[in-house]
Amino acid sequence: MIAIGITVALTELLGSFGLSGGLLSVITYTILAAGTFGLLSVLALFLVWWERKVAGHMQQRFGPMRNGWHGWYQTLMDGLKLLQKEDILVATRDKVVFFWAPVMCCIAAFAAYIVIPFGDGLIVADLNIGVLYIMAITTFTVIALLMAGWGSNNKYALLGGMRSAAQVVSYEVPMVASILVVVLYAGSLSTVDIVNSQSGNFLNWNIFRLPFGPIAFITFLIAAVAEANRTPFDLAEAEQELVAGFNIEYSGMKFAMFFLAEFINLFTVSAITVILFLGGWHGFAFIPTFVWFFMKTFAIVFLLIMVRWTYPRMRVDQLMEFAWKVLVPITFLNIIVAAIFKHFGWYWEL
Amino acid sequence: MSDLRTEEYDLNMGPHHPSTHGVCRLLLTMDGERVVKVVPYIGYLHRAIEKICENRSYAMCIPMLDRFEYVTSMSCNQVFSLAAERLAGIEVPERAEYLRVIMLELNRIASHLIFFGTTAMDIGALTPFLYALREREDIIDLFEMTCGQRLTYNYIRIGGVSKDIPEEFTPRCRKTIANITEKVEEYKRLLNGNPIWKMRTIGIGKLDADLALAYGASGPILRASGVDYDLRRDDPYSIYDRFDFNIPIYHNGDVYDRYMIRLDEIQESCKIVGQALDSIVEGPIKAKVSPNFKPPAGETYTRIENSRGEMGVHLVSDGSKKPFRLKARGGSYPHLQLLPEIATNCMIADLVAIFASFDVILPEVDR
Repeated sequence: MIAIGITVALTELLGSFGLSGGLLSVITYTILAAGTFGLLSVLALFLVWWERKVAGHMQQRFGPMRNGWHGWYQTLMDGLKLLQKEDILVATRDKVVFFWAPVMCCIAAFAAYIVIPFGDGLIVADLNIGVLYIMAITTFTVIALLMAGWGSNNKYALLGGMRSAAQVVSYEVPMVASILVVVLYAGSLSTVDIVNSQSGNFLNWNIFRLPFGPIAFITFLIAAVAEANRTPFDLAEAEQELVAGFNIEYSGMKFAMFFLAEFINLFTVSAITVILFLGGWHGFAFIPTFVWFFMKTFAIVFLLIMVRWTYPRMRVDQLMEFAWKVLVPITFLNIIVAAIFKHFGWYWEL
Repeated sequence: MSDLRTEEYDLNMGPHHPSTHGVCRLLLTMDGERVVKVVPYIGYLHRAIEKICENRSYAMCIPMLDRFEYVTSMSCNQVFSLAAERLAGIEVPERAEYLRVIMLELNRIASHLIFFGTTAMDIGALTPFLYALREREDIIDLFEMTCGQRLTYNYIRIGGVSKDIPEEFTPRCRKTIANITEKVEEYKRLLNGNPIWKMRTIGIGKLDADLALAYGASGPILRASGVDYDLRRDDPYSIYDRFDFNIPIYHNGDVYDRYMIRLDEIQESCKIVGQALDSIVEGPIKAKVSPNFKPPAGETYTRIENSRGEMGVHLVSDGSKKPFRLKARGGSYPHLQLLPEIATNCMIADLVAIFASFDVILPEVDR
């Protein structure tokens, strides 16, 4: 049922020019990486603009209006401005850690896209441990934030870094537990297999098909918001308490990289939500699969943006309590119930 | 296994920090996320207003005091004018008293709206701030329509007010207060049902009535701790005794109550403005006061109920053109002193919430 994948197609195309062996793989994946990087950068620029527009309209203002139609290239200009900014370096920083933190943050954000299928066959590499890989690689963000907090040699930054470490590690548990329910039914960790197990009618989407699918969906989404460091869980930055948190000492392009990674992460968690629970690229036949994927993902992004501009921020101890006393028991119970249902076959397969 | 050694550390919160509302430096001793000790350092905005007033004529003091507490400039104008009038025994025309009450209450609403927005913002909800400023804008427009100024009004003068309200003021004011009464309900719907908001505010920064009284707290903060004390009723000035309004009281003294009491007060102030617009009388707006205004020698302490508590002026006259001594009292200064009392041993996020709930205006603290 999979159409010919983009990776296979590209390999064959390049193979027809006489390339072969290791060089062929290197060139193929370089092209794919460049393509994904370009796509994601444009996407991040768009998301920043979109968030500002949505926030503006929620708050009775317009948001960016000056650059182009409704300020459509505002973020591009912001990016250019940040490029020209002086890179202010704190004298007492930890040089190596300070420099590599934003790089690491970006790498972690981009690397997740190796296993995210944008559409039928539009995936760089269909790893058989896809979901595990995403969970592992997105956790690198924590290390980056912790590095930024430590390397800045600033108390606010350190507090932000420590907060994000505690937060992301805690929310990883309910997140994985929610994913396990999906994996249990799909019988595979591969993202493509998981999406394929939801083919056909929309009732086959995991959110509807699984016993207590909505619960798994909501717990996953909450954990995902926490992973993406967004309000009500944006404690790592918490501008009213920690001024800017982990990125307080960063300026210019280094700051831009954190900013970019933040919005890529926003898209990542939305994309994973769509893949796991909302049937990935599946939809009605006459619209291309990647359009479906983007439509669903943007719907989730829109939801997360609305949440961000509506809710107050939680306190750090309340945040941890919520993870360990509410989310973890619910998700674990959900796994057990799901396993029992799976054993007795109490679910539908259309 | 040897014990892990942990240390307390000092954290400078401010003078430039998003949630200190101006330039206040809080020196925090922290144990991880927990605040062990708070020491506020003030004086970054000291402008010697009281001293400068000693070198100016009485009329020139009013614009100076506008900058004393700029969020409710009308109160500053009123309290100084009232003090000067009491010294000189000037009778204010009735229409001017009505106009004063309308302006003072509108200014109180505007100030409480700012409180609502900034408190919500300090607790992490950014959107209510813009909603609050949208409503405040209507009030500011009314002020601009009347006296041409949007922040420092210099409107209430010794013996009356500077200008009469224009014709379109009354209908627009009615519309504005109707809108605000409605919008306050909307604010309550937006935040009060929110579990995160409740978690962050209920039971945080509890202030009991004894402590509040011991530190000289006043206004909404005192009333949120259950002390029924409002100068508009208990030490009446102007014509407040003619209006029918409630004084909201809450009893827990936490951040939530301090927030709720302000929302309730907005609605009560709307009622007062409505009644004043209904019963306003025609007539002159300013008593005859000589430009060379010289009150007889004497002294007075005059106080009014401001949106931040008791605002008072101790005015000493030696019979010359200039005040011999002017001592201004604002509500924020005692409230800032309360901060170390109730914000120790809380999380840093709670400290921000408590500080916001006191609604401290730093220029008023520093003079």
